[in-house]
Amino acid sequence: MIEFHSVTKRFPDGTIAVDDFSLVVPSHKTTVFVGTSGSGKTTLLRMINRMVDPTSGSIDIDGADIGTLEPVKLRRSIGYVMQNSGLLPHRKVVDNVATVPMLRGMPRKKAREQALALLDTVGLDRSLAERYPSQLSGGQQQRVGVARGLAVNPNILLMDEPFGAVDPIVRAELQQELLRLQRELGKTVVFVTHDIDEAFLLGDQVVILRTGGKVAQVGSPAQILANPIDDFVSTFVGAERGKRSLHVENHGNGNIVVDETGRLAGVLVASQSTAATASGSESRAGPRGPGASVQGGDSR
Amino acid sequence: MTWIWSNLDLIWDRTFDHLILSVPSIILSFVIALPFGWLAYRYRSSRAVILTTVGLLYAIPSLPLFIVLPFIVGTSIRSPLNLIIALTLYGVALMVRVVADGLGSVDRDVRQSATAVGFSGWSSFWRVELPLAGPVLLAGLRVVAVSTVSLATVGAVIGAQSLGSLFTDGFQRGIEAEIIVGIVATVLLALALDAALVLLGRLLMPWTRRSAIGVTARPAPVIREVAA
Repeated sequence: MIEFHSVTKRFPDGTIAVDDFSLVVPSHKTTVFVGTSGSGKTTLLRMINRMVDPTSGSIDIDGADIGTLEPVKLRRSIGYVMQNSGLLPHRKVVDNVATVPMLRGMPRKKAREQALALLDTVGLDRSLAERYPSQLSGGQQQRVGVARGLAVNPNILLMDEPFGAVDPIVRAELQQELLRLQRELGKTVVFVTHDIDEAFLLGDQVVILRTGGKVAQVGSPAQILANPIDDFVSTFVGAERGKRSLHVENHGNGNIVVDETGRLAGVLVASQSTAATASGSESRAGPRGPGASVQGGDSR
Repeated sequence: MTWIWSNLDLIWDRTFDHLILSVPSIILSFVIALPFGWLAYRYRSSRAVILTTVGLLYAIPSLPLFIVLPFIVGTSIRSPLNLIIALTLYGVALMVRVVADGLGSVDRDVRQSATAVGFSGWSSFWRVELPLAGPVLLAGLRVVAVSTVSLATVGAVIGAQSLGSLFTDGFQRGIEAEIIVGIVATVLLALALDAALVLLGRLLMPWTRRSAIGVTARPAPVIREVAA
């Protein structure tokens, strides 16, 4: 469990990135910080591994104030995945994954063996192990990034817009992969994104942030969608524009789902195939209510 | 040609003398430039002072330096050590800026990610920043190598043995072949050291060799929002 206690971060130039922020991040769940540029979401994430130290307030991990912990040691115990993978370009894939365990003193041979097993976990072929990151596609690099994040078997996994730089198809694939991993591993994931659909898909708890690191609303995707607390939130989640109010129109050949603006959102399908098409989201109270699922029509 | 065949031993000896002067100077200038370049890169305020100061070193004319140096460090004027110190100074003058620029060329994302996964400042420098600055450092070192080899010939004027001695001697005694051999051998030696550095770079930086097989195009760089 990660607890933010009245955390404020003021940068030397006077910008307030985060203002009196308090939150409990529950263990074994995914918490998503979502907001536009300047909402302080990345700053909040980086405070958890002390890449950034708060100006005031404190952060506890499992009851221990991280301000008293040694930053390098703390970072080696927390998984970190970033945009553009952040892999070391001069190390082979397998060595990138083995890096942190070796920094923690694991013998090279064992670290590499374990790294190969992790490539399996994230769905990468072992034949890629001896390549350099630049020889992989963007999606593959991102998977290696996730494998590296998991390499020390951390309780906490920090993800800073990890899928922001890949194309939409690969992004959807990676999102499903993360949901699968999370079902298997149950890490405490803190995920940062500016994409509200990604936040609703991945988050058990979603934190919508305003400019200057103020919380607009915290809740499950369903809670936020059903009761947006104010105009800012409804605009942000797209309820304002009618994007989230769907109705069915019969077009002879099938039932088409349409939003209030008249945009075709997808096709209504029988609930059996729900499990197959939206595996992973059926167990959570997602915005795509039970019994029916909307195919296609991504709102991006 | 006959001059060459009858003086092969001499040519070898002078080549060896030349190596004794240049190789230690090249290595020393790299080693000495590292901390200064790092300082200039790490502390913005020191950058202008350090780079200007070491840049000025290069403005010192070489012959007077060779002559003045013994009085400062107490070596004999003809000792190879005197020349090595002078050549090292010139190498440092070139190399400090290269080190600062090389470290600055390392991708910010990669540096941050190294910190984020738990590299300490020290290990990040040696295992991430320095290797990644490698291609720039190598380019600078190649310039230093070639310039050191050519500068070392000037030592012949004050009597320090090198390939330069072949052309000073050739001049005095009017042996045209000796002059030409001195020039050609200096150029060849510079090329050989340059090639050796390139080879060393390939060995130490295998990631810069892209094999044609299995290379997938990198996705177009996406402009990142700064500090979201």
